[in-house]
Amino acid sequence: MSKLVLWLACAALLALGAAPARAQEAQPIPKNSWSFSGPFGTFDRAAAQRGFQVYEEVCSHCHSMNLLHYGDLVGIGYTEEEVKAIAASKQVTDGPNDQGEMYQRPGRPSDAFVPPFPNEKAARAALNGALPPDLSLIIKARADSSPIKGLSGGADYVDALLQGFKEPPAGFKMSANMNYNIYFPGNQIAMPQPLAGDDVKYADGTKATLPQEAHDVATFLTWASEPTMEERKFTGAKVLIFLLVMTGILYAAKRQIWADVH
Amino acid sequence: MNAPGNQSQSKIVRWIDHRLPVFTFMQHELYDYPTPRNLSYWWNFGSLSGIMLVIMIVTGIFLAMQYTPNATMAFDSVERIMRDVNFGWLMRYIHMNGASFFFIVVYIHLFRGLYYGSYKEPRELLWMLGVIILLLMMATAFMGYVLPWGQMSFWGATVITNLFSALPVIGPKIVAWLWGGFAVGNPTLNRFFSLHYLLPFVIVGVVGLHLIALHQHGSNNPLGIDRKGPQDSIPFHPYYTIKDMFGLGVFLIIYAIFVFYMPNALGDTQNYVQANPLQTPPEIVPEWYFLPFYAILRSVPDILFIPAKLAGVLCLFGAIGVLFFLPWLDTSRVRSARFRPVYKWVFWLLVIDVLVLGYVGANRPEGWFIVAGRVATLYYFIHFIVLFPVIGWLERPLPLPTSISAAVTRKGGARLAGASTPMEKP
Repeated sequence: MSKLVLWLACAALLALGAAPARAQEAQPIPKNSWSFSGPFGTFDRAAAQRGFQVYEEVCSHCHSMNLLHYGDLVGIGYTEEEVKAIAASKQVTDGPNDQGEMYQRPGRPSDAFVPPFPNEKAARAALNGALPPDLSLIIKARADSSPIKGLSGGADYVDALLQGFKEPPAGFKMSANMNYNIYFPGNQIAMPQPLAGDDVKYADGTKATLPQEAHDVATFLTWASEPTMEERKFTGAKVLIFLLVMTGILYAAKRQIWADVH
Repeated sequence: MNAPGNQSQSKIVRWIDHRLPVFTFMQHELYDYPTPRNLSYWWNFGSLSGIMLVIMIVTGIFLAMQYTPNATMAFDSVERIMRDVNFGWLMRYIHMNGASFFFIVVYIHLFRGLYYGSYKEPRELLWMLGVIILLLMMATAFMGYVLPWGQMSFWGATVITNLFSALPVIGPKIVAWLWGGFAVGNPTLNRFFSLHYLLPFVIVGVVGLHLIALHQHGSNNPLGIDRKGPQDSIPFHPYYTIKDMFGLGVFLIIYAIFVFYMPNALGDTQNYVQANPLQTPPEIVPEWYFLPFYAILRSVPDILFIPAKLAGVLCLFGAIGVLFFLPWLDTSRVRSARFRPVYKWVFWLLVIDVLVLGYVGANRPEGWFIVAGRVATLYYFIHFIVLFPVIGWLERPLPLPTSISAAVTRKGGARLAGASTPMEKP
């Protein structure tokens, strides 16, 4: 009985923390099934690689991913050689050299992703004053709707947002240089529709429909926001098995020791 | 097993103990320490709190080895811990969720004390030391939350430090002094890191005093009556060491589920956006364990000549300050709520009230949330300042059992074999 009360108290406290209601006028975000959700979820390597291709060919013209290094890409199944080739295709500013000058050189796996703009001012100058957010953590930063679901909440949001560009309804007042999106809070987003389908030609031959591209890029960004997720869940399984066995033994020992008290 | 202290078989142990009586101390305080035989699982949360403190200090020390307390580098250094440091993600998630679980166990510990009257004579100082620990924990948790330098870190720090500006005349000066500048910035982050590292060790010190005060009269128990003889006690070891360890196992399972499978469920997603002093997040919400106090802060209107902000701050501190006076506000001589037919129910009203305050604190102060917040805040103070003394005067307690052993054993008062020979368990 007292144990039940204890559990209820824990549950109430946790529910309390997990449910700060947030006002959002936008449409509810559709739920998808993701390879990485659930206690045994892993990243779909092929989808993540396709997503990386979409990022490279479309998103990366405006969005940086400052927390990632080219070498990290082995985490979604690229070989060391492929990663070297991807890095070498970039021009990285290095220096100063012995003459005291900065210079350009081909990238190495240890280099961070090259940002599209040298600084915030340059980005705003090129994009009507808008600043595209860095995408390294975008999935974890956008999981508002269901914090309990963790990464899939943020992935659902990005997936929906990319497919949410529509004509504004009649009578809806749009600000200058803004675009209508049914899933964006307030419905006005500075980003113009980035993907329409067939924006890339997938290396693995998958048909590049809009839902496919959105799904792939959301998978890639989810991996990018927490590359250690698989290690975390795998370690968790081992830890829980250990704890369950240990707690069982401790319970038996407790019963034995307390037998003469009751 | 060897008997420690001067009776030990080992010459070395005897030699050391003669000069530095650590073994005798352990024998007294961990082995023989007489403990009521009827402690329920609610008594596990004290030792769990201590274990959480150790977990937080150990993981915190490892995190500090990799963390950079600089306004331009702090956010990235935390992400470096998550991505590049071996098991850095594990240390950070244990620490981050550890804050929540530390508060869960401490709040349960506190409410257990409220229910069973553990603050009453002769344990008043024990209780007050506990309230000091709670205050220190809150300061530590608040400053720790600032360190990742996310949006909620920055804006939470701005809101909370600004509370002091409510004080008349000296307020603005105090705020600038806290910040080390004219806004929350790099000097603020540096001092918060320094204090976040310092305060846990202050907590260790106060916990030491808390334990000395506890061992002076021993644990209270679910019946709330004093131990009358050896038949009422059992030695701490092995009975409560094993019970605490089993409880720890259950606790760690729940904790691990959060750390490994929903590590961000208790946090705010806005804290994965780097702090930006030019952009206020849509809502500034503290971590869940501060929500009831946040609700009190925001609920208070202008009171006479005191502006709402100052009144809110005073009530915020008063909400914890009132706990210091609880041993004297409660006029009932009976400790356990089991024998207090009225208080038994009123206790749960306080639990509900605090949950309501937490729910209100998580939502914008609009519509009925304002009303609910004010009613719940008012009730909180009425509960302590009015209900505690009045119920104590008017309530007619049930008859107390003659002794612990009479109440909890079928035979009643049979002396335990284990009580005289604590170490001779099979």
